[in-house]
Amino acid sequence: MPTAPKGPRLRLPAGLPVAWLGLLPFAAFAVLFLILPTMKIVLGAFQAPDGSFTFQNLLDLNTDSIRSAYWTSIKLSFMTALLGCAIGFGMAAAVVFGGLPKAIRGPLLTFSGVASNFAGVPLAFAFIATLGPVGLITLWLRNEFGINLRALGFNLLSYWGLVITYLFFQIPLMILIITPALDGLKKEWREAAAVLGATGAQYWRMVALPILFPSLLGTFALLFANAFGAVATAFALTGPQLNIVPIKLFAQIRGDVLGNPNLGYALAFGMIVITALANFLYIWLRLRSERWMK
Amino acid sequence: MSYLNLSHLEKVFGQNRVVKDFTLGIDKGEFISLLGPSGCGKTTVLRMVAGFEAPTSGAITIDGQDVTGLKPNNRAIGMMFQAYALFPNLTVAENVAFGLKVKGVARDERAARVEEMLALIGLPEMGARFPFQLSGGQQQRVALARALAPRPRVLLLDEPLSALDAKVRVSLRNEIRAIQKDLGITTIFVTHDQEEAMSISDRIVVMNAGIADQVGAPFEIYNRPTTRFVANFVGTLNTFDVSVEDPGLGRVSLAGQPLTVPGLPDGARKGDVLPIALRPEALRLGQLPGAEAVLPAVIEDVHFMGSVIRLTARAAGAQLSMDTFNRADQPPPVPGQTVEISLSGRDAIVLRG
Amino acid sequence: MSRLVAWAIFLLGCLYFLLPLLGMGEFSLRMRRGEYSLDAYRVVFADPRFWETFGYSLGLAAATIVMGVVLVVPTAYWVRLKLPQARPFVEFVTLLPLVIPAIVVVFGYIRLYNTSSFLPLTGSALGTDILLTMGYTTLALPYMYRSVDTGLRTIDVTTLTEAAQSLGAGWFTILARIILPNVMVAVLSGAFLTLAIVMGEFTMAALLNRPAFGPYMQLLGANRAYEPPALAVIAFAITWGCMGLMQLVTRFSKHERAKA
Ligand SMILES: Nc1ncnc2c1ncn2[C@@H]1O[C@H](COP(=O)(O)OP(=O)(O)OP(=O)(O)O)[C@@H](O)[C@H]1O
Ligand SMILES: [Mg+2]
Repeated sequence: MPTAPKGPRLRLPAGLPVAWLGLLPFAAFAVLFLILPTMKIVLGAFQAPDGSFTFQNLLDLNTDSIRSAYWTSIKLSFMTALLGCAIGFGMAAAVVFGGLPKAIRGPLLTFSGVASNFAGVPLAFAFIATLGPVGLITLWLRNEFGINLRALGFNLLSYWGLVITYLFFQIPLMILIITPALDGLKKEWREAAAVLGATGAQYWRMVALPILFPSLLGTFALLFANAFGAVATAFALTGPQLNIVPIKLFAQIRGDVLGNPNLGYALAFGMIVITALANFLYIWLRLRSERWMK
Repeated sequence: MSYLNLSHLEKVFGQNRVVKDFTLGIDKGEFISLLGPSGCGKTTVLRMVAGFEAPTSGAITIDGQDVTGLKPNNRAIGMMFQAYALFPNLTVAENVAFGLKVKGVARDERAARVEEMLALIGLPEMGARFPFQLSGGQQQRVALARALAPRPRVLLLDEPLSALDAKVRVSLRNEIRAIQKDLGITTIFVTHDQEEAMSISDRIVVMNAGIADQVGAPFEIYNRPTTRFVANFVGTLNTFDVSVEDPGLGRVSLAGQPLTVPGLPDGARKGDVLPIALRPEALRLGQLPGAEAVLPAVIEDVHFMGSVIRLTARAAGAQLSMDTFNRADQPPPVPGQTVEISLSGRDAIVLRG
Repeated sequence: MSRLVAWAIFLLGCLYFLLPLLGMGEFSLRMRRGEYSLDAYRVVFADPRFWETFGYSLGLAAATIVMGVVLVVPTAYWVRLKLPQARPFVEFVTLLPLVIPAIVVVFGYIRLYNTSSFLPLTGSALGTDILLTMGYTTLALPYMYRSVDTGLRTIDVTTLTEAAQSLGAGWFTILARIILPNVMVAVLSGAFLTLAIVMGEFTMAALLNRPAFGPYMQLLGANRAYEPPALAVIAFAITWGCMGLMQLVTRFSKHERAKA
C-alpha cells in the first residue's frame, strides 16, 4: 500500500498541527482505560447515591476499622519499602563495591528480574510452604531445635508475615534499579574524596548518598506504591479477613461487605491520594536535590 | 635526603611486574614529570604515592615520614585526575572547601580559603556554580583549587590536561606551572606528551616498561639521552652507523669523513661500528663553514610547517629528518633534488646499545 | 566495605531468596505420606480447570501483547519522529499504572463500563475479555513503552523514515516493515515481561470474574494443601522462562549487532 510521501502538513482549524493526530489512538486508550476510570472513582467519592455532591463518603471512612486498615497499609508499605531499599541497596553495594567475583553480577540481576515478577498468588504459596504452620522452616525448627515459631509469636498471616513475604519482590526491584545507579558512581570521586582527607563514611555522606538520593527516593516511592496496591499476595496468604485497604476494597467490590457502594469510591480515592502523595513527595524532593543535574 | 623519596618501589599485578625498582628523590618545591609510553607504569607510581595501591616492596617517605602504610586520607596529598573528578552534587565553592570541611576547619576560615583559591585559579565569580555549568578547562582549574586548598605536602597530577583541547591545554599547563612555582609545592606530573613535560618540568623521569630509564632536566634529557629508548622517545632522532678510528680522541668516521664525537664508550676499540644520533636541528642544509662533514643527500619529502620546514632525506644509507627555517627569499628544495648536508661530531649523541 | 561484610550480606540475601523456593519445592513433593512424589503435579495436570484457565490466560496474554505493540510502537515512533514536545505527557501517562493501583483501575472499569453505561463491556463475556485485555495492557504499559522507546533510541528514526518515504512507502509499510523489525528485540523483551505479568495476575481477573489462571490458583490455594506449592513451582518456572527468553533475545541481538 505505498502512497506518495506526505506533502506539507495539513493544519487543524485550532492551529494544532496535524501531527498531534498521530497520538489519537494512544490518547483514546489512556482516556478510556486509565483516566476516565480513575476520574469516575474520584468523582464518585464525592457523590451521594442520588448523584448529588457530598463529603459524606469521605467522612464515613472515619471508622475504627477503616482507619486501622489505612494505617496498617501505610505501615506495611512503608516498612517493606524501607527494608526493601536498605537490603536491596546492601546486596547491590556488596556486588558492585564489595569485591565479590564479577561472575555473580549477571545471575543476580537475572534472578532479581524473576523474583520481582514472582509476586501475587504463587508467592503466597511459596511462603506458606516455608513459614506456614507446616512449612519447611517451621517444621525444621520444631523438629531439630524444638523451636516453636507459633509459640514465639510468629504468624505468617500477620503484619510481619506479610512484611517478610512482600520483601521477596521488593528487594529484587531495588536491586534492579539501584545497581545501574551504583555503577554510575565514578571511582575518581571516591579517590578524590580520599586524597582530600575524607574517610569512607564522609565520602558516602557528603558525595555518594547525595548523588544517589534521587534514585533512592524514586525507588522508595515505587516500592511504596507497589506494596500499597498489592492485593493478590495478601489475599492468597490470609483470605479476605486481613485488615488492609486493598483487601477491604476487594471485598467491597465483590459486594461482600458494607451497604453503601459509594464508600467503595471513597476507599479507592483514599488509595489514589496516598500513592499520589508519595509520588509528589518524591518529585518535590527530587527537584530540590537535582539542582546540580543537567 | 630529599623531601619526597621513592625507594626501590616495586608493583606486581598477578604475574605482571608493572613497576620495577623505582627509586627517585624529589626536592621540596620541585616539579617532576613522569614521561613514558602508555602502559609503562606512570599512573601506578603515582597511585602508590597517593596510597591507592600498596607497593609490593619498597618505601615512600614524605618530609622524613614513612607513609608507605598510610591510607590515602592520612597522607596530606593533593591529586588531580584525568577525567574531571569534581563532585557533581557540590558547587564549585563546596568542592574547593571539601578537603577543609572533612578536616574540620571552621566555616569562616574555609570561606576565606575558598575565595583565595578561586582567585588564584582566576575564577573568582564561579563559586556558586555547579560543575556541569563549567567548561572542561574551568573544571580542571577548580579541581586544581580543590587539591591545593588543604595545603597538601605533595601535588600529584595524572594527565590532567589530556581531556582538553590543544589551546586550553597549553594555557592551562603554563598556569599550573605558575601556580606551582608561586606556592612552591612539590609536584609530580604524569604525561605521555613529551612537549608538555619539557616545557614545564624541573626534571623529567623517562619511564620504560616500569623502569626509570633516565632522570634529568629537560635540556639534559633531550641533548644527552643515555639510552636509545630515551633518545627515540624524546624528540626525533637520526641515527648513523660510524666506525671507530681512535677511541682515545673520540675519532670516528662516517661514510669516509672524519668526525670527533663526545663520550665514546670506554670499551670501544678501533674498527668497532657504533650507532650515533643527531637531532634534526643538528643537520644543516648546504655547506656550512666549520662543519666537520658534508654528506650528499637526496630529498624525499618536504613538510612545510610555517616557520620551520621539515625535510626527509636519504644520506649515507640512512633515512634522516632535518629542520630548516623558512625564509621568504629562499624556496625549499623539492623531492628528488640532491642537496648537501653539513653536520658536526660535537652535536652527536653516542648511544649505548 | 570489607569483603567479609559484603559476602555476609550477599549470602544472607541469597538464603532469604532460596528458602521459600526450597520450601515450595519440598512441600509440593509431600503429597504422598512418608515419601516424596510428584503426585501433586499429577493432580494439577489432571485437572481440566488447570488447562482451561492456563489456556485462557495465555490467550489473554497474546491479546495483550498484540494490543501493547499496536498501541506502543506507533506512539513511541511518532513521538520520536514528530512530537518530541509530547514526550513528557506520554511518559507521564505510561507511568501512571505504577502509581494508580490495579485494583482501583479495575474498580473504575466495573463502574464505568457496566451494563447500563455508554459502553456496556461487562455485559458480555467477550466484552469483559476485551476490558480485561485493556486492563492488562495498562499494567504492561510502563515496561512496554520504556523497552520500545529505548529500542528506538538506538536507531535513527528520522533517516529511516525519510529513506522509506523517498522509496514511496506509506505509514503502515514504514511501521510494519521498517520500524517494527528494528525494535523487535525491545518488543520481544516487552512481550515476555507482559506474558509473565499476565500469567500470574489475580486482581483484575478476579474482580471481572473471568476464569483466568491467577484466580484459579487462589481458589485452589483456599481449598487444597499440596497442589498450591506445585502451582507455585509451575508459576515460578513460567516467570523464569519469560525472563530467560528476555535475556536470550537481548543477548542474541547484541551478538547480531556485533557481527554486523
Ligand atoms: N589494577 C590493576 N590490575 C592489573 N593490572 C593493572 C592494574 N592497573 C594497571 N595495571 C597494568 O599495569 C600496567 C601499567 O599501568 P599504568 O596505568 O600505570 O600505565 P600508564 O603508564 O599510566 O599508562 P597510560 O599512559 O595509558 O595511562 C598496564 O599494563 C596495566 O595494564
Ligand atoms: Mg595512566
